[in-house]
Amino acid sequence: MFFDNNTFKHGVRIEGHKDLTSGRPIEVCPPPENIVLPLSMHIGAPAKPVVAVGDKVKMGQLVAQAQGFVSSNIHSSVSGVVQAMERRFLPSGALSECLVIANDGLDTLDETIEPRSTGLVLAPKEMRSLLQSKGIVGMGGATFPTHVKYTPPSDKPQVIDTVIINGIECEPYITADHRVLVEYAPEVIRGLKYFMKAVLATRGVIAIESNKPDAIALLQKLTEQEENITVVSCPEKYPQGSEKQLVYAVTGRVIANRALPASVGVVIDNVATAVWAARAIKDDMPCIERVVTLSGDGVQRPGNYLVRLGTSYEHVVKTCGGGIKEPLVKILSGGPMMGFAISNLDYPVLKGSGGVLLFAAGAPITTQGRERQCVRCGHCLDVCPMFLEPTVIAQAVKARNWSAALQANVASCIECGSCAYVCPAYIPLVQHIRMAKQFIASDGRGGHNPLYNIKD
Amino acid sequence: MTTQNSTPLIIISSSPHMHNSNSIDVAMRDVLLSLLPAVLAAIYYFRTPALLLILTCVATAMLAEGCCQKLMHRPITVCDGSAALTGLLLALCLPPTLPLTLGFFGSACAIIIGKQCFGGLGCNLFNPAHLGRAILLASFPQQMTTWVQPATATLAAVTSATGKAGVAAVTTATPLALLRQSEFQWLHQNFSLAGLPALSDLFWGNTAGSLGETCIPALVLGGIFLLWRGHIDWRVPAFYLGTVVVLTGCYGYFRNYPDFFALYHLCSGGLIIGAFFMATDWVTSPISRKGRIIYALGLGILTSLIRLRGSYIEGVCYSILIMNMLTPLIDSFTRTTPFGGGAMGRE
Repeated sequence: MFFDNNTFKHGVRIEGHKDLTSGRPIEVCPPPENIVLPLSMHIGAPAKPVVAVGDKVKMGQLVAQAQGFVSSNIHSSVSGVVQAMERRFLPSGALSECLVIANDGLDTLDETIEPRSTGLVLAPKEMRSLLQSKGIVGMGGATFPTHVKYTPPSDKPQVIDTVIINGIECEPYITADHRVLVEYAPEVIRGLKYFMKAVLATRGVIAIESNKPDAIALLQKLTEQEENITVVSCPEKYPQGSEKQLVYAVTGRVIANRALPASVGVVIDNVATAVWAARAIKDDMPCIERVVTLSGDGVQRPGNYLVRLGTSYEHVVKTCGGGIKEPLVKILSGGPMMGFAISNLDYPVLKGSGGVLLFAAGAPITTQGRERQCVRCGHCLDVCPMFLEPTVIAQAVKARNWSAALQANVASCIECGSCAYVCPAYIPLVQHIRMAKQFIASDGRGGHNPLYNIKD
Repeated sequence: MTTQNSTPLIIISSSPHMHNSNSIDVAMRDVLLSLLPAVLAAIYYFRTPALLLILTCVATAMLAEGCCQKLMHRPITVCDGSAALTGLLLALCLPPTLPLTLGFFGSACAIIIGKQCFGGLGCNLFNPAHLGRAILLASFPQQMTTWVQPATATLAAVTSATGKAGVAAVTTATPLALLRQSEFQWLHQNFSLAGLPALSDLFWGNTAGSLGETCIPALVLGGIFLLWRGHIDWRVPAFYLGTVVVLTGCYGYFRNYPDFFALYHLCSGGLIIGAFFMATDWVTSPISRKGRIIYALGLGILTSLIRLRGSYIEGVCYSILIMNMLTPLIDSFTRTTPFGGGAMGRE
């Protein structure tokens, strides 16, 4: 297979803006008075609460049980009392049932949590069940339950030979994974070893984008003695961190449409997932916190913070970020390329929240160009990492021609935003594509979004 | 309901929230800028008439665009530079002595018929500038094929090819027409190069021809600027020019023409301006890389065919218009296959 320079075809070069926070060590964010734990902060069925309002819970205690195989357990990130069950909007716009827990400030650890001296003695099956019971999900943002990836389907056992740890972090501004790599490097490697053992893989790869030379040097040094583990430096290009693109960049293998990396013998996981998997397997610790980047020119003190799950963005911004710079014009949950614009800071930190970005007026990110007719420049085709024709899909969507959109392979779009990033006519291509997906998924009724039923 | 605070403060929009800030306006400004060397060369070689013709065409194009948009109740986008660009490109493809009224007519046709009738920027099927030129050529064949010596021309060889009497400027034939005459002589074993402008004059633009098409270095400089800025795809000029060189070269070789035959074709007529500025027009060329290669190959074949075997001596304008027509077809035949294969499968 032809590939070179450890990268994928097409893609865009985007200014990283990472120096705002890349040099700032991870600081611990003091736990807030209340935490809000949505029951669906993972892909799959929402978890079912196993505590009731008024119950006392300890830190690390299971509060909601996974429902089915593709689902995840949720644990309390503080000790205290379950205060309420309520429905809240998540940054993605989804509505989820949430547990609200009042923090007693004691951080009493659940006594069933017992660290092991080493995790490597565990059998693959035990490792998988620990990943499942400790609520480990993909922390790169997709929040896919990790144990599922390491459980080959019984009807067609696939031979996994490679585990890739994704330390690319190609979203601008976000540096949480960078700091995790630098500060939790031994745990990244330990997590990788556990993952390799869980699927009996023979090769481990830690892929890091070349804009993090300190992380590359450190990981290279720490893996010098490891025969099966290599550190791969990938050139800076967006969306390098996308699963299919990174698997191709590192192994040269092409994942078929709608197939999982396992189909080509690869499992791929984010660095933070590796760290928290290592903690789950060795320290028996469930996933109750994560590193979040707070950045943008709208925050007083940008930085990287270790935050308890369920902490509100507002708390993080106030206690760690030193408050906002008025007037704010845009708030993003996640990165600027794929994150969600939110209207206020009253959202909880979830397992997949890598960053909160605040932008004041005048920042380039807040300016929006006026949309024009497509001029057929073809830039969107030239950058699309999935080799799609975004403008063709957008035209089909504008004509409400869903079969034409399907014909143009709208379903293969990974919504990375490269096309809209380069569009000189400022056409919101990704928005059109999402609309097509919703329409198609709901059989042409326009999903739940009333806007989609408005005729132009 | 929820207990969330919902005071709206700020912009809510769909991702991505960043843009590389390369807009249509920026691209048009860059293309206009890239034509500056060609404009200066045109003014240097053809003096005041050139300047007046350029100004007339640009002003008319902008005026026509503004009027059309006003009449059709569309947003006025005269300032985005696309109308000015159409006017400028048209002017650079016209003979220097063309009466200004015809420049006005051609430019108005280019915008009204070539662009606004189709629905404005992005919807036009044909390159508006070349459509305007084709209309002028069909309507005013005499004025459109009267060529003059550049003010700087000093070559005795060129002046010997006399034009019609009664015209103030020294009229002459274009290098391509002279080449066609030489071809007849060559076929009769008379390998005289008399009457042909030197290749160096052809290169620097010191020959008769349209305003902006003669000075090769100025055009290539602009083309390189556009390539560097990422506005045009290198495949179009590369495959277009390459095809013409190969085809004319083979033709010349098999007919025992002098060695410079292909090079002469490369540097003469509207080929360079066509390859870098007309064929690369976003709207009227295919959107995929594969499609652009097919498009450029088609351009090269048509241009060579018209120039070598056609009764008309200049092939660039018509080959671009013909390939513009085939662009939708090329697009539908060159649909991309997604990374990892398609969901639907080809039908």
